[in-house]
Amino acid sequence: MQPMESHQPDTEFAAFLAEGRFMLQRARGSGAYVFHPRVAVPGTGEQALEWVEASGAGIVYSTTVVRNKPPREDYNVALIDLAEGVRMMSRVVDIDPGAVTIGMAVTARVAEIDGTPAVVFAPAGAAA
Amino acid sequence: MTGFPRGRSAVVGAATFGIGEAPGFSAMELLARASLDAIADAGLQVSDIDAVFSMLPQDPFSAMSVPEYLGIRPKLVESTRTGGSAFQIHAMWAALALEAGLCDAVLIAYGSNQRTASGGLVTSGGAPFPYDSVYKPRNPPSAYALAAARHMHEYGTTREQLAEVAVAARQWAQRNPDAYKRDDTNIDEVLSARMVSDPLTVRDCCLVTDGAAAVVMTRADRARDLPNKPAYLLGAASATWHKNIAAMPDLTVTAASECGPRAYAQAGVKPSDIDVVGVYDAFTINTILFLEDLGFCPKGEGGRFVADGGIAPGGRLAVNTNGGGLSCVHPGMYGLFTMVEAVTQLRGVGGERQVEGARIALAHGNGGHLSSQAVTIFGTDEVL
Repeated sequence: MQPMESHQPDTEFAAFLAEGRFMLQRARGSGAYVFHPRVAVPGTGEQALEWVEASGAGIVYSTTVVRNKPPREDYNVALIDLAEGVRMMSRVVDIDPGAVTIGMAVTARVAEIDGTPAVVFAPAGAAA
Repeated sequence: MTGFPRGRSAVVGAATFGIGEAPGFSAMELLARASLDAIADAGLQVSDIDAVFSMLPQDPFSAMSVPEYLGIRPKLVESTRTGGSAFQIHAMWAALALEAGLCDAVLIAYGSNQRTASGGLVTSGGAPFPYDSVYKPRNPPSAYALAAARHMHEYGTTREQLAEVAVAARQWAQRNPDAYKRDDTNIDEVLSARMVSDPLTVRDCCLVTDGAAAVVMTRADRARDLPNKPAYLLGAASATWHKNIAAMPDLTVTAASECGPRAYAQAGVKPSDIDVVGVYDAFTINTILFLEDLGFCPKGEGGRFVADGGIAPGGRLAVNTNGGGLSCVHPGMYGLFTMVEAVTQLRGVGGERQVEGARIALAHGNGGHLSSQAVTIFGTDEVL
């Protein structure tokens, strides 16, 4: 039994996040990456999945700003295409939420949103 | 030969009730009033109904509670919960069940009191999805905003073109005495309205209203003996590609691009044959996406198609002639109202908004976040 094998993907993903780690599932056979975490590769049913560290590299596929009445702040919501070939919802930070553009290169880090660990992204090349 | 029983079932009764604000009514009461009106419109009795396909936004067991409330012991119930597209799917199953002789008269019904009961859009209790919810998208608007932003990026669609959709819907609503929002508006007013989730302002978003709708379907042979002109169901097809917006393969192409052609093939018609179009306009981007995906213009051309009053009264195509979810009614799940409007137009009783000589009408439904797509095509006896 490999230590990084995926059995209960929702729980395991959340546990990795709590440790500050952004992990993705990868199929042992096909090498396909899977997000959101599942018990099998969608469409093929391949169940032999292992956890691997995400590269953290991504490109903004689409972006919006959720507008709020002051004093609540506006914030970004974006869809990020990861270098591994999967897409996830996230938030681009360290930049004005309205300045995020489609096609922007971004880099992942684990942060907290209202006390919950979450993968967020910052413009690539910016100071960490 | 697609196997679909083209034209062998029809909507014979249709009604709406409580459009806009219906203070004091429960959702079930609204549904029941629309249902009774639709059954009477069909020239039938409650006791004639032997199949009930229903949905209430906050009642996962409406398949049992609605028949009980109306005092019907149905042979068949159906309560697909795909959001606003469910009613087109109901009509598809109704046609097949009627053809198979499983039942003789199907009631399809929906009711919601979301506006006066809660003052806000009722969410229908989908399973929690932590992979999105931690980022706090203001859904549904944010999901559709992401699609709009991508469409603008890929095809040069503009906010002004999105606003054209809202203005056209309002101009149709001004011709519909039942529509909730009928005051004048213009593109600048849509653009300068409060931003909800960029690029969508509150005027790019559908209404939040109360309202109920119901239709009754029978086999075509019986339909001909009933008092109203039947709206024959020529084709019906659905497709589902995802639920959560992050899992939508291409935010500019919906599953309507796949089920639309199937419905056209069943009906034996093409987009240019459609006289009146009803697409589920929860947001202005929807109308653009669905006009493209249903073949009324090429992919990417939707913004230019709706520009300069293209879908307003007197434009190149009659779209959402009741005023749509943007200006007529949006009680949470709007899809049944596109079918009621198709029936109104095919009967020729649309009054000021009537499309002259309408013989073929398309009524589309959308559910979730561009997730579930369903298309029905109705026609008069002239096209059977």
